[in-house]
Amino acid sequence: MNETAAPLPTQAQISAEIAAAPSGRSEPALGFAPYRSSLLRFPTKDLRQADPEGAELLAPVFGQHDVDPLEADLTIQAGGEPLGERILLTGRVLDGDGRPVRHQLVEIWQANASGRYIHQRDQHPAPIDPNFTGVGRCLTDADGNYSFTTIKPGPYPWQNHRNAWRPAHVHFSLFGTDFTQRLVTQMYFPGDQLFALDPIYQSITDPAARERLVATYEHDLSQHEWLLGYRWDIVLTGSHATPLEGEDHA
Amino acid sequence: MPERTPGQTVGPFFHYALPYDGDRELMPVGTGIRLHGIVYDGAGEPVPDALLEIRQADAAGVVPQVPGSLLRNGVFTGWGRSSTDLAGEYWFSTVEPGSVDGGAPFFAVTVFARGLLDRLFTRIYLPNPPADRLLASLDHEDQARMIATREKDGSLRFDLHLQGDNQSIFLTYPGHQ
Repeated sequence: MNETAAPLPTQAQISAEIAAAPSGRSEPALGFAPYRSSLLRFPTKDLRQADPEGAELLAPVFGQHDVDPLEADLTIQAGGEPLGERILLTGRVLDGDGRPVRHQLVEIWQANASGRYIHQRDQHPAPIDPNFTGVGRCLTDADGNYSFTTIKPGPYPWQNHRNAWRPAHVHFSLFGTDFTQRLVTQMYFPGDQLFALDPIYQSITDPAARERLVATYEHDLSQHEWLLGYRWDIVLTGSHATPLEGEDHA
Repeated sequence: MPERTPGQTVGPFFHYALPYDGDRELMPVGTGIRLHGIVYDGAGEPVPDALLEIRQADAAGVVPQVPGSLLRNGVFTGWGRSSTDLAGEYWFSTVEPGSVDGGAPFFAVTVFARGLLDRLFTRIYLPNPPADRLLASLDHEDQARMIATREKDGSLRFDLHLQGDNQSIFLTYPGHQ
């Protein structure tokens, strides 16, 4: 993909670009030069305002046909126990008005404990774990709760700049009640030393907003001699339904 | 009001997680129409690591609200997902959406890609659309950028340009503010 032969920028150059970016954006800047892959892939013309109508008003519907409850446990997908820290990831999916998003699909994917994805394009020379695919799905419950048992992913290097490392993260794919609420994002772990260096995380230039991507460690979620628990709630954009209408959609 | 969770790029490694068998076949291949096109970047190069999702009404103008959007089991659920291939092409096997409440028929579209920090929304209108509020707000060139082209084989062609002189029209909705 148009990889240039020019030497990769240093972390210091990327960090200087991050520091110089306009602050206060609560959504990622679509064109964020420190994330080099964004340069030719973001629209430079303004988004057009549209009133949602027709198919935009209704998210796709998933159900018990679609998702096996076992898909929420990423530690039992192969013959044996994957390596790494076993963790629980749980939280609620809410819409912009604070209503739970019920019985809706949540998809996740992630690297293994060594920072390696099972993807042919991942050439990081860290071991593949034969007992870990790093893919999970679940449906939220009647209160909008989701829950996954998995392994804490490792950080991994990438080609954005020299000595570039992504903070450990889990990719999340979410649907709301409206098609327009679709969200794909990444969840991070508290206290990661790589946050300040990462142009993808830093593309959200409002610190409070990007911290909403960081899960919290919650000891009451940890299980005796079994796993560590993290909570991460997700808030989608607003739906077209008024709060009263929404309460009727059981 | 709770504060919204920001988006992040889908990244380069979604292919083993999001695509699934039959993901782009809202209708079995050969029984419906083919909606297809190429996703281009700002240099005019195809984007081989993009993902599109469509949401649509059936031919009668009803937006299905039936479960099974991953498996389908022979049911038309009005939703599908297609990653782009090495040549940047996506495709869906589907039906042409009917008019919902008298509006111009369209496919609602979400776009994801490596390098794209947040999802984008657009619409793909069927050729020769009737009067439509969004289209009416655009100049002639931009209108054309939202309307599919009928190919000789009957398929619908719609290319997406993420950036550049021919950039596609991307949408934002009141709920996003």
